[in-house]
Amino acid sequence: MQCIIIILQVMSGNYYIGDYSILRNRQVIQGGEVIFESRENKPVSFFTEVYKHFGLNYPRFYKMDNLCKLGFLCAELLLKDKQIQQLYPAGETGIILFNAASSLDTDRNHQQSISSRLDYFPSPSVFVYTLANIVIGEICIRHKIFGEGTFLIEEKFNPSRMFSYVRQLLNDDIVKCCLTGWIELDGDQIDGIMVLVEKTAPDPDRIAIFDPGILTKIYSQIS
Amino acid sequence: MRKVYVVSDNIITSLGFTAENNLAALEAGQTGIRLHEDEQMSPSPFWASLVDLNSLNDRFSAYADPDQYTRFEKLIICSIQDAIKNTSVSLTGEKTLFILSTTKGNIDLLDPKHGARFEESRLYLWNTAQLLQRFFRLHHRPWVVSNACISGVLAVIIGKRLIGSGEFDHVVVTGADLVNEFVLSGFNSFLSLCPGPCKPFDADRQGLSLGEGSGTIILSADRNLSEDHGKIIVGPGFSNNDANHISGPSRTGEGLYMTIRRTMENTGRKINFISAHGTATPFNDEMESIAITRAGLQNIPVNSFKGYWGHTLGAAGIIESVAGIGSIRHNRLFRTLGFSRSGVTHPIAVIDETKEYQTDTILKIASGFGGCNASLLFYRS
Amino acid sequence: MDQLIGKLKTEIIEVLNLTELTPDDIDENAPLFVEGLGLDSIDALELIVLLEKKYGLKLATADEGKKVLRSVRSMAEFITENKKG
Repeated sequence: MQCIIIILQVMSGNYYIGDYSILRNRQVIQGGEVIFESRENKPVSFFTEVYKHFGLNYPRFYKMDNLCKLGFLCAELLLKDKQIQQLYPAGETGIILFNAASSLDTDRNHQQSISSRLDYFPSPSVFVYTLANIVIGEICIRHKIFGEGTFLIEEKFNPSRMFSYVRQLLNDDIVKCCLTGWIELDGDQIDGIMVLVEKTAPDPDRIAIFDPGILTKIYSQIS
Repeated sequence: MRKVYVVSDNIITSLGFTAENNLAALEAGQTGIRLHEDEQMSPSPFWASLVDLNSLNDRFSAYADPDQYTRFEKLIICSIQDAIKNTSVSLTGEKTLFILSTTKGNIDLLDPKHGARFEESRLYLWNTAQLLQRFFRLHHRPWVVSNACISGVLAVIIGKRLIGSGEFDHVVVTGADLVNEFVLSGFNSFLSLCPGPCKPFDADRQGLSLGEGSGTIILSADRNLSEDHGKIIVGPGFSNNDANHISGPSRTGEGLYMTIRRTMENTGRKINFISAHGTATPFNDEMESIAITRAGLQNIPVNSFKGYWGHTLGAAGIIESVAGIGSIRHNRLFRTLGFSRSGVTHPIAVIDETKEYQTDTILKIASGFGGCNASLLFYRS
Repeated sequence: MDQLIGKLKTEIIEVLNLTELTPDDIDENAPLFVEGLGLDSIDALELIVLLEKKYGLKLATADEGKKVLRSVRSMAEFITENKKG
């Protein structure tokens, strides 16, 4: 078990992470612990189990593709005790997400639907998810977030880029807080991690200073 | 924060392989949107603006073997190669970054007809970034922005921010997307394709036209690296989400209004021209008219470029910004090709004739699937 | 007609991912859009695909779609009418 407790140092220019959420392969990890584990093989079944296990109530969930379910659940678990739309009114919360596969999982589904002229029925509800940034849209709808959103592609989890861009957005006051994470889904591989970065320390007992090192530490947790 | 200049640019579309050629086509009122018959792309004939592959390969062969690169990669590389001709920005320096903007990249490789010749890793956008890094011997791996139709505008905004902070001195922003069966079939399933060249803001508009192409804007903190000594400055820019629906725009234009307002609050300049997103779908154009009016810009000349090039997706924000920059350079506004009478509930000043006009400050706006919206200012120094 | 209505309800639940609903939860006379099930524009397009894929009936425009897709019953009536000819 890993605990992350760092003595609060009030230094100018520091930002803070209060908590994080990880959905990786078939586990949900928060606060340094595996809080849920599934034996489901397929991502879609795993996500449904997580949704039910945590007593979520959001029927739109079932319409989402796997990538959006992953991002949605990471955000849901991260923000469940926070009324983010009240803490940070319209336009102040940014969402900056990264992955490697973009929306390839759904792209393959769409391609499948057009692969034969004899059974040619492209589906609008599949096609709409052939854009990685839709996951940002789903999170915004759910949590009433109106701020800056960007989806970026990297070969692998890149804590230094994540850190430097989010820090710049906060420094320049473009956002007052920022959800950021690595939301990767490719075939059966699930690798989602999300953190909320804020200008003020949310909870003195459980915060960490936002820097590439803490991102690496959070990401590298293995159960 | 230091100023960021546009030191060079390029457009590649069906209308030409340079910004100059494309602007000349705008002046002549040409559209690149044509009816095509290609069984490999669509079971039935379709309207789109396509880059001629033979011409692309001819141009590309000056740089490398066309058979070793995909259509998407060739579009990007040719655009960058043209843009760098007009500036001495060092591509390989530590303070130079590339940003790539695209929605679907090499997605046509999912189709075995196209994909058989290339390894599967080419499908991944980070692979394109890696390819560009090797091709141009770049110090840093390019960023890749993949954020629906606002990708291009976002990429320029990000480039501008990264220079402004001092992290980089020069950023090459390139956007590209293809028309292929993947996107044609998808937009068809949305019943959103126009049976003919699109008609932005028009009462008879019936949907969008797809287009392919690439565009490049080279940004630098050093005005002397541009032939015009820093005539064009990149102003503030922001993005905001509607938080409403993943494909339909907000009925109140919430996200777009918020981003326009933020950009206006961060500049003291009067906007002379708005380059709208103007895809010619019933909902998009209506939403834009609402957002523009809410922002108090209903009397500012506004156009859509989509009637010339179609909707070039990840390239649109860049191609249309370059055209808007052309408006500043030449004090010229280009009419909204396809428009004849207004079909939006909020009367906005749609440009219906190409004319001379003192254009110092332009606002580029864009919206996309996922409820995203972006706005960006360019102005004369 | 009742059999068709029952079949349609199951198909609608499936194609629209209304996972938490059963056919009994759907009133065939209630509006599908705005009120009732509160379906949206993508759902409408998906139902248009359903009509073509499962019943071979093509709706060309969103407007035609509005009438036919008013309720499960109106969909069933459309299918019954057009399968005759």
